[in-house]
Amino acid sequence: MEKPLTGRMRAGGQPVSIREYERADGYQGLRKALAMSPAEVIEEVRDSGLRGRGGAGFGTGLKWSLVPAGAPKPRYLVCNADEMEPGTFKDRLLMEADPHQLLEGMAIASYAIGAEISYIFLRAEYTLAAARLEAALHEARQARCLGEDILGSGFNLEIHLHTSAGRYICGEETALLNALEGKRANPRAKPPFPPVVGLWGKPTIVNNVETLCCVPHIVRNGSGWFRRLSRSQDSGTKLFGASGKVKRPGLWELPMGTPIREIVEEHAGGMREGVRLRGLLPGGASTDFLVEQHLDVPMDFAGVQAAGSRLGTGTMIILDDRTCPVGMTLNLEHFFAQESCGWCTPCWSGLSWTEQILAALERGEGQPGDLEKLEWQTRFLAPGNTFCALAPGAAEPLQSALRYFREDFEAHIREKACPYRH
Amino acid sequence: MLSAAEREEIEQVLKHYPVRDSVAIDALKIVQRHRGWISDETLKEVADFIGMTPADLDGVATFYNLLFRKPVGRHVIALCDSVSCWIMGYEGIREYLSSKLGVGYGQTTADGRFTLLPIVCLGACDRAPVLMVDGDTYGGLTPAGLDGILERYR
Amino acid sequence: MATVYIENRAYDADPGENLLKTCLGLGFDLPYFCWHPAMGSIGACRQCAVKQFKDENDTKGRLVMACMTPSSDGARISIADPEAAEFRAGIIEGLMLNHPHDCPVCDEGGECHLQDMTLMTGHSYRRYRFHKRTFRNQYLGPFLAHEMNRCIQCYRCVRFYRGYAGGRDFNSFSIRNTVYFGRHEDGVLENEFSGNLAEVCPTGVFVDRTLAQHYTRKWDQQFAPSICAACGVGCNISPAERYGMLRRIVNRYHPEINGHFLCDRGRYSYEFVNSEKRIRQARMQSGAESLPLSKDEALSRLAEILRHSRGVAGIGSPRASLEANFALRLLSGPDRFFAGINENDLALARLMIELNRTVRAPSLREIESCDAVLVLGEDVTQTNPRIALALRQSVEQQPRSRAAAARIPLWNDLAVREIAQDQKGPLFVAALNATRLDDVAAATYRAAPADIARLGLAVAASLRQEFAFPADLAPKVSELASRIADALLGAARPLVVSGPGCRSEAVIRAAAAVAGALAGRGKPAPLAFTMPEANTAGLSLMATAGLETALEALRSGGAETLVILENDLYRRAESSLVDDLLGKARHVVAVDHLENRTAARASLVLPAATFAESDGTFVNFEGRAQRFFQVFAPDGGIQESWRWLRDCLRAAGREEGETWHSLDHVIAAQGRQMPELAPAAQAAPPASFRIVDERVPRMPHRSSGRTAVLANVTMHEPKPPEDPDSPLAFSMEGYPLTPPQALRPFTWLPGWNSVQALNRLRNEAGAAPPGPSGVRLYEARNGLAPAASNWPEAFRPREGEWLLLPLHHIFGSEELSMYGPAIASLAPRPYVAVRDGFEEGQMVEVSVRGLIFRLPARIMAALPAGTAGLPSGLPGMDYVRLPDWGRITEAAG
Ligand SMILES: Cc1cc2nc3c(=O)[nH]c(=O)nc-3n(C[C@H](O)[C@H](O)[C@H](O)COP(=O)(O)O)c2cc1C
Ligand code: SF4
Ligand code: FES
Repeated sequence: MEKPLTGRMRAGGQPVSIREYERADGYQGLRKALAMSPAEVIEEVRDSGLRGRGGAGFGTGLKWSLVPAGAPKPRYLVCNADEMEPGTFKDRLLMEADPHQLLEGMAIASYAIGAEISYIFLRAEYTLAAARLEAALHEARQARCLGEDILGSGFNLEIHLHTSAGRYICGEETALLNALEGKRANPRAKPPFPPVVGLWGKPTIVNNVETLCCVPHIVRNGSGWFRRLSRSQDSGTKLFGASGKVKRPGLWELPMGTPIREIVEEHAGGMREGVRLRGLLPGGASTDFLVEQHLDVPMDFAGVQAAGSRLGTGTMIILDDRTCPVGMTLNLEHFFAQESCGWCTPCWSGLSWTEQILAALERGEGQPGDLEKLEWQTRFLAPGNTFCALAPGAAEPLQSALRYFREDFEAHIREKACPYRH
Repeated sequence: MLSAAEREEIEQVLKHYPVRDSVAIDALKIVQRHRGWISDETLKEVADFIGMTPADLDGVATFYNLLFRKPVGRHVIALCDSVSCWIMGYEGIREYLSSKLGVGYGQTTADGRFTLLPIVCLGACDRAPVLMVDGDTYGGLTPAGLDGILERYR
Repeated sequence: MATVYIENRAYDADPGENLLKTCLGLGFDLPYFCWHPAMGSIGACRQCAVKQFKDENDTKGRLVMACMTPSSDGARISIADPEAAEFRAGIIEGLMLNHPHDCPVCDEGGECHLQDMTLMTGHSYRRYRFHKRTFRNQYLGPFLAHEMNRCIQCYRCVRFYRGYAGGRDFNSFSIRNTVYFGRHEDGVLENEFSGNLAEVCPTGVFVDRTLAQHYTRKWDQQFAPSICAACGVGCNISPAERYGMLRRIVNRYHPEINGHFLCDRGRYSYEFVNSEKRIRQARMQSGAESLPLSKDEALSRLAEILRHSRGVAGIGSPRASLEANFALRLLSGPDRFFAGINENDLALARLMIELNRTVRAPSLREIESCDAVLVLGEDVTQTNPRIALALRQSVEQQPRSRAAAARIPLWNDLAVREIAQDQKGPLFVAALNATRLDDVAAATYRAAPADIARLGLAVAASLRQEFAFPADLAPKVSELASRIADALLGAARPLVVSGPGCRSEAVIRAAAAVAGALAGRGKPAPLAFTMPEANTAGLSLMATAGLETALEALRSGGAETLVILENDLYRRAESSLVDDLLGKARHVVAVDHLENRTAARASLVLPAATFAESDGTFVNFEGRAQRFFQVFAPDGGIQESWRWLRDCLRAAGREEGETWHSLDHVIAAQGRQMPELAPAAQAAPPASFRIVDERVPRMPHRSSGRTAVLANVTMHEPKPPEDPDSPLAFSMEGYPLTPPQALRPFTWLPGWNSVQALNRLRNEAGAAPPGPSGVRLYEARNGLAPAASNWPEAFRPREGEWLLLPLHHIFGSEELSMYGPAIASLAPRPYVAVRDGFEEGQMVEVSVRGLIFRLPARIMAALPAGTAGLPSGLPGMDYVRLPDWGRITEAAG
């Protein structure tokens, strides 16, 4: 099985150096891209069917093509390395273990959109990734893969590493731009969209780490190759992960469309002794729960959506039968309420109320009507009702928990206690 | 007064941005690295240095959870309280830490050695439960293992 | 025009507007919080949700925020849609989770937008059963009280304070449901427009602290349409009274002038009306003895004086109404009527008016829309503050115009700001000292008056493409001049602003030369001149001579009795001159409302009504005559100045003394005698005006009756005072709907008890029905100003001497507002400003024009070399005519 994203990584966890990287065809994609026109690069990526790996799944080539043709420079590329979605740990691996792959992807993307300055927006806690990226940036500059006149092509690019100061909302791409500009990270009004008005008002493309890591391979091997990597209509491979009470929690690069069951049972080794799978969040904290009946759902955009959830980041969190679904939902909603940026009412107000109701249920202080209030909150926080996607994301696990684990919620009220804590 | 080193570091980062105010968060992080936290005095000094008002800068500073506007101990323990770690029983780790150190969240040990804080998912869910001391991440926590970890931070 | 469908009915709409504004203008009750008509939409509160449908066949629709959705042709929405209504109810419920529900003790109660919206959405049952978050409040200075627990996080305050008014000592802090709006630490808010927060905030977080000291509910307050008396801009205000005490001032929307906002001097100036220094009873001074008089005694004393007097000289006032000045002029005769200001100030004012008869004076709304500005020699924030706020909007014009190119509507505030970034359009400020607009200026130039004039002339010369600059013009100045010229020429709507702040005719003429040169290049630019006082312009239309000439008249024996109208002459000229003037007169009659040095020397003092207790007309900086109306009838001996003067006329045996029963008689006589003032009659409807036979009530409607006003004091129903002077009634009874703008005492609509009722009233972009008020007394004829006059000589510093410049203070330089404790507490103490040479705080002696001041030095590094500054008009400092050369020495001891 081909593993373009992780195949080069070293077993001991040490990062791939630029020498090793180049020996394994590293920076060949960049060389090839620099020989193409930017439009041809965009076309290739568009043909590859690459969709964003940051959660929303927007077509990457299409996004790049939204930078207005004649837009004056500067333009910016920003790598979204904020990775703060609970349950998600895929970008960390890509940056820690093979930082040049990301830099090469960024160089190609920058070339394609005409950016000469790029930023990596890295979450503060990824200190190891920060050190390795800095080292890789240094190596790449030395090797003329970055800086002025890259590889003799006349293309210049500087990449700056910016480390954040916390807050999940910074991952939302327009909030991220505000954070990068040194402001409060409230999301921005859309339109205008970042490809038109972005960082400091200039055209800006924001892409996820994994998305950018796919790019060198697409350019080097062609869009057709990338599409064939997959087991479904969504192209490429994807980093899938699993955490929770499975035998071997971890991260695996697998073809798009790999069924959930295969990931859970083969790669993660199935559930630990003594517990059974009760449900799972397929793509991070802001996706709807799926349950046993969905185990054969293929992990790709359409498949998970058809099952009533979202592929999200592709890293699943598994709920077992000894863990309280209400407690888990409370934990999730506590996170979202805490991380609300405070801009729009449904989010800052609705999520804190939601959290408090769930906390009351867990304390055994639930009241009749609480579940209806929670259901009402999920409608209240529906997409379009809020200013950005944080709150609707928060509503997803809640609404599906109320659907699939209704009996548990009711038991909390009936028994005036959390039945899992006896 | 900002130290020469602090100024120099801020000036370095400034080169990355076309707009001076954009360095605000980096500047706060830099002085925090030097001083442990950002006092009102420090905040004013930084604001002054980068041409902002204290209100401008504090509006930014109070948005972010990793900019400390209150004193912290020599080492900050950030215990992940997000979903995977919750499933894997981080609450037991918290209880152990609290009783061992005699502090709750947001508190600093009497000897000024540790401050205990909750933190959102550290992106190491496959090793849950996880915590971070200063810049270092530790996974697969057990009470027994914790003692050894804390020993490394005096 | 677009057609939008609301509940399946077609309406005309402006496609450039958003659906929220459209719906409100059409009279729909659609609740909202974060939107503000002057600040646009940000989509934060989510309160204005409506259902939008793709077309007639779409029955599902989707929720959209009306404020973020354009009123585009064919847009189809439902406000009543159950899902939308449920969502809106949810938003209010969410906003109220943490709200303290402290309406009974909240100053906003009864005029609270949050209350109104809560009722409107039908949220009446509390389902939230958990703890509320709480905050600590801050001390923010004398103007505003802070109660953060009431906050609903609509972000309006911070958007106004920072985004609109340019303040930088206030912000939003923290996140989620704990966002805090305030200062970084306790302290006086620095921005000169902070008081607007009380109106901008839709609930009771920021409330008028001065009102709180004598609090009364809006529904118990009596209002009148009025005009701010604190400077010459002429902002429209609604002062509020109860029990004979003025309680506060709120903004009264005027689309062409103040729009939604006032400056803090204007808003808080009202306190002087309640001052202990009010003259409430007539008195006679004989020798050292002061004898209180009843009104009748005063009148007979008056008759006596006038009967035995060989002639009356009238001293008018720039802070008295047109009508009071006119009545005095009638009493004294035009030849013996003198402006109560010195010749120089009068000449400057008359010059500015003359120039505005050639080049158009812009309204504030026009100023806001200009996109390149030269301010020549005026610190506008200190003299005519509201103009400075308008200039702050003008610098947004060029950057914002890029939004249109990106097809982003201007009301989409967040998006427009993203596009505009922090860029500012060209504003050039040439002034004596640093100004509060420098932060948005493309370039500043600080110089002595002569050099400021020279810069102006150089700009004019550059525009005329005659580069025959004087040889001694510094290259830096000519470069700046051509940069300014290019910016003005390259703009779509350039503007020139100047005024008498430098006390320099050359500066004023230079400003006109720039405007003239622009017109010559096919880019006519309006010319805004500040006017220091509420009726400086009106007075200057009436008087041709100042105090120096008045002294001549007394000396030559042309008059014996001095009648001084609402004026402390010691603020207008050096005391030697005023002493002389008062000394020469056999009788001095002072008609005024506050004790001051002039009244102290009068032989007869007549207690005059303030602007709040009288009716009259002020002429503002544009030449617009505007009527202000009595808020309440003054008690006891106080009456309007024009009535005192009418009584004088009667005492002098004049026919008008018998026939002037109401203000309209004065206005009519004034128009006959001075045709130029005749249009002032149209400034507002006459006293006989009725709407469907009814007067306009001064009090908001209540479900309880009129008796409730004093129900806690007496059970008797007192008869409201009659009002012969206006179509207003001292009552809540009368025409129940919205009267014309000029007669609107307060803003209110059923269900809309806050000032935001205004937004529900408006039916077209910016205009409040039924039309604006006030009338311009003069208009520009041709836009071509006289060619540049002679170049004044460049300023040259002198050895051992300083050119002392007048420095103006928003809080301190204006006379009446300084009688109010809130404003007085923010005024500087007397000082002398020096560039260097002395220590901060060091006591020095300043000698200038024969006067000696002992003052602490304040270092102001921005002052031009060779100059120093003295504050203008501060109580405790004698008047001295500046600029003039003086010496500054270390004070002995
Ligand atoms: C609340 C919130 C948090 C997000 N966090 C991240 C993140 O940490 N990393 C990321 O790549 N995308 C995140 N996203 C998605 C980004 O907004 C954006 O869609 C993505 O970075 C685009 O990159 P892609 O097209 O390559 O996926 C977040 C979105 C929301 C609404
Ligand atoms: S949904 Fe609203 S409050 Fe929540 S994070 Fe997004 S913009 Fe901020
Ligand atoms: S008024 Fe429309 S969202 Fe606030």
